[in-house]
Amino acid sequence: MPEPTHQDEPLLEVKDLVKHFPIRRGFLKRVVGYVRAVDGVSFHVMEGETLGLVGESGCGKTTAGRSILRAIPPTSGEVWFRDPVLGPVDVTKLDREQLRQVWRNMRVIFQDPYASLSPRMTLLDIVGAPLRAMGLATGKELEDRVAEMLQLVGLRPEYMRRYPHAFSGGQRQRIGLARALAPNPKFVICDEPVSALDVSVQAQILNLLEDLQEKMGLTYLFVAHDLSVVAHISDRVAVMYVGKIVEMAPTAELFLSPRHPYTEALMSAIPRPDPRPREKRILLKGEVANPANPPSGCYFHPRCAYVQDICAKEEPPLEEISPGHWVKCHLARELRLTGAVQL
Amino acid sequence: MLGNSALVEIKNLRTYFHLPEGTVRAVDGVDLTIRRGRTLGIVGESGCGKSVTALSLLRLVPSPGRIEGGEILFYRTVEEASASSALTDVIDLARLEPNGREMRSIRGNQISMVFQEPMSALIPVRTVGSQITEVITLHQKVSEAEAREIAADMLARVRLPKPRQALDDYPFQLSGGMRQRAVIAMALCCRPKLLIADEPTTALDVTTEAQILDLMRELQKEFGMAIMYITHNLGVIAEMAETVAVMYLGKVVELTDVKTLFMSPLHPYTRALLRSIPQLTDAVARGTKKPRLQTIEGMVPDPYSVLPGCTFHPRCPERLPDLCDRVEPGVSEVAPGHSVKCHLYSSP
Repeated sequence: MPEPTHQDEPLLEVKDLVKHFPIRRGFLKRVVGYVRAVDGVSFHVMEGETLGLVGESGCGKTTAGRSILRAIPPTSGEVWFRDPVLGPVDVTKLDREQLRQVWRNMRVIFQDPYASLSPRMTLLDIVGAPLRAMGLATGKELEDRVAEMLQLVGLRPEYMRRYPHAFSGGQRQRIGLARALAPNPKFVICDEPVSALDVSVQAQILNLLEDLQEKMGLTYLFVAHDLSVVAHISDRVAVMYVGKIVEMAPTAELFLSPRHPYTEALMSAIPRPDPRPREKRILLKGEVANPANPPSGCYFHPRCAYVQDICAKEEPPLEEISPGHWVKCHLARELRLTGAVQL
Repeated sequence: MLGNSALVEIKNLRTYFHLPEGTVRAVDGVDLTIRRGRTLGIVGESGCGKSVTALSLLRLVPSPGRIEGGEILFYRTVEEASASSALTDVIDLARLEPNGREMRSIRGNQISMVFQEPMSALIPVRTVGSQITEVITLHQKVSEAEAREIAADMLARVRLPKPRQALDDYPFQLSGGMRQRAVIAMALCCRPKLLIADEPTTALDVTTEAQILDLMRELQKEFGMAIMYITHNLGVIAEMAETVAVMYLGKVVELTDVKTLFMSPLHPYTRALLRSIPQLTDAVARGTKKPRLQTIEGMVPDPYSVLPGCTFHPRCPERLPDLCDRVEPGVSEVAPGHSVKCHLYSSP
């Protein structure tokens, strides 16, 4: 049941989150460097809001999601979550017991509906697992709750005793969603939840996510690489490049008038279901920078079409150039960039 | 003339998989024509038979799959050294021995393929160069050293930076986009007449995908080959294809040019598919209320079932009672080059 909401306070606030993976070499496994998967990421998510996190593979979007949950321990930074029981807490500093409490309210759904469900567990076991682990329900009560969850995601409760192999990709994603929502959480990280699905099934799952958000008062962090999907579901969108957020803005503003050259290039690259020729297309040179050995200054400068001398020397700050629109670019105020949509 | 003549004609192709659970009619009566130098797009959701159609063409259908019937006519040009003219002879690929000499001389040579996963298309323990030269020496009478030259030239044409160095690289040393370039180079090194691309960019990022699509279009112009482009992504279809076949459950339900497909699609399945993609313009132009995506009700039926009538009727919002669930619709040509397999458009 949606509890009274605090619309003007963020539910989640991430401050300068860093996750570096050490690179070890040789017999003694000495640390010879770090992969800067997430390199100082800050953002907030308001209650009931959907924040989209986009970027190409290796940009750190999935690692950011996992570090927020503390599924992997972040290297540094703060993750403030307003837990309904514990109140505002920094997830990175919690002990094991508190973490279990927070995990009731911070849940995740994964990309691969085949790998994320154990083939040896029935739906009752899968969806009931978080309830059992958190001591929320047992026996008949557990079964009733699982039945209710299955119904909620559009599956028949009679399927409870079946195994995942009997279900299609879309149905498996519904099972994963039922498992995530079973403890009645407040916040769900959706990590590429529809990218393994066919378009017609994708549409069903996106609609279901929106319905459930309304019904249960959910807040989403929606991690994906498909910009059309992110645009559809998100209220605001953050764009990541090599471990850093380079631009963040309300969805319509970002797609109409991006201010970072990387965002512009990304939007230009989307294949559009419209055979009419487009005016121009930006093809990025080269490849995504190596997060173990990033370039100097702005990480995007070797591929940027608008590059200036300063870009190779100094890293630009993430600045709020208009209300709610953050850009990490030296030239953000000067450039006139093309959005994905022209009105 | 030559630019418009048929290269491959697929007629009533049926490829079935006989499994203990039943028979899967993966491809069930497909008619398609691939023209020289043109791009035919095949679009459909998983399990619609688009990949099996391509594999049938190359005679690579894995067991227990079998071509049960139909023809795959390949209009092969035989270059004659004496006369400057080229002769065409017709060969039915469906009748060839899958691993016979004739099929092997066509596969990888006149017809080649690029697969979805660039990592599994390359052998991880052999260098990129050795894998490309193998294809060249297999089909052309050239020495090892000449083959290496051709391979280096090909890698340069697919815009691989430092092509000579890449010859001695192992696949893991290349990024996903680079690997897919190497695979494309391998597919093109014998100058095929037809390139079959089965979801070649699905595993890649959008910016890399844009680079690869651009490259394929350029190479098509340069080499004059035909492309059969298979994808589930309607956006990619809009960019790549000239003619598009929409497949559903092993059958082509609509065939038309790419503009008509997006501007005035006719088959209820095509229309539903197009409506179910999130549109950027809707997302941006929306006011306070989010528009819901339109979905296709139900899901693709299980592959063992044999549905009477039109295979789409259980999910079709426009089904005609007492007709669609009993009688299989024929193919009606509603305009030149635009055919639909649906009762709504069949002439009485």
